[in-house]
Amino acid sequence: MQKEFSDLERHILNDYQHNLPLTPTPYADIASETGVSEDDVINAVQKLSDEGVISRVGAVFAPNKIGVSTLAAVSVPEDRLQEVADMINKYEEVNHNYEREHAFNLWFVITAADDARLKEIIHEIECLSGTPVLNLPLVEDFHIDLGFNLKWAHAYE
Amino acid sequence: MKVSARDMKLIQLVQYGLPLCSHPYKEIGKHIDMDEQEVIDRLKKMQESGVIKRMGVVVRHRKLGYRANAMVVWNIPDDQVKETGKKISQFEFVTLCYRRPRQLPQWPYNLFSMIHGSDRDAVTENIHELARQCGLQDVNYEILFSKRCFKQRGAIYHPGDSSGRD
Repeated sequence: MQKEFSDLERHILNDYQHNLPLTPTPYADIASETGVSEDDVINAVQKLSDEGVISRVGAVFAPNKIGVSTLAAVSVPEDRLQEVADMINKYEEVNHNYEREHAFNLWFVITAADDARLKEIIHEIECLSGTPVLNLPLVEDFHIDLGFNLKWAHAYE
Repeated sequence: MKVSARDMKLIQLVQYGLPLCSHPYKEIGKHIDMDEQEVIDRLKKMQESGVIKRMGVVVRHRKLGYRANAMVVWNIPDDQVKETGKKISQFEFVTLCYRRPRQLPQWPYNLFSMIHGSDRDAVTENIHELARQCGLQDVNYEILFSKRCFKQRGAIYHPGDSSGRD
């Protein structure tokens, strides 16, 4: 089921995933393009953030340009999954952590300032979890990130 | 492209997100002794050079009704992986497509794609359609549906300078 959004919320979610104005007053500029007030835009973004729909307004960095990152996985028994996930989540450098349907059932992304720190985190996770980490660093990115296509037309027709 | 020390200071703040106020770039700059125009110029340059992929709202797909998410991993011959990766990226339901190393013997896959959809059946159908259109039906691949999400947020490359934001 698609959540119900106001016209302004839809506009913000659909049209500002990859072109936030780089001007002194980006929210006022969005407002004038939309025909509402700056406060309306700020309040709408705040509401979407509070509801967890938006994780942040900001920059998405290309992988491996300002640091290093890797996709990692471990295979842990079901009854230890929460415990191992919590342990991994304590690292601020871990930004995604999902259970997936596979023998490797816990998948997480680690980003770090440099290779040494990345290796250190992987080593610590191996020691603490007692299981080897499958380390799959990025080799090449084929996708141009335009954000998430919400396909409102389908959802609202 | 080299990222300067001054850019890095800015990145350390921007990675946590922009403040929700009238002059967010000015506000960010205050913490690192940069005026509004310098913040804007540096962000623009980083966007042009590809360091920043995009600036905008970052959404949580699960909250938008895209409940099913599959990571599809493919074992593609090395000399075809680039071409295949580019092809797969063209589909609108593909949100990421990366080449990664195989780790034999336990991991034979070298191409990773992320596919979202409203439900499991829709995603499965999309994957089969993609495989058919790209001529990948006979390629060895696996579909890893996501179950629990333990964490999802922006990447933090340099922890410790959050100014209280996340």
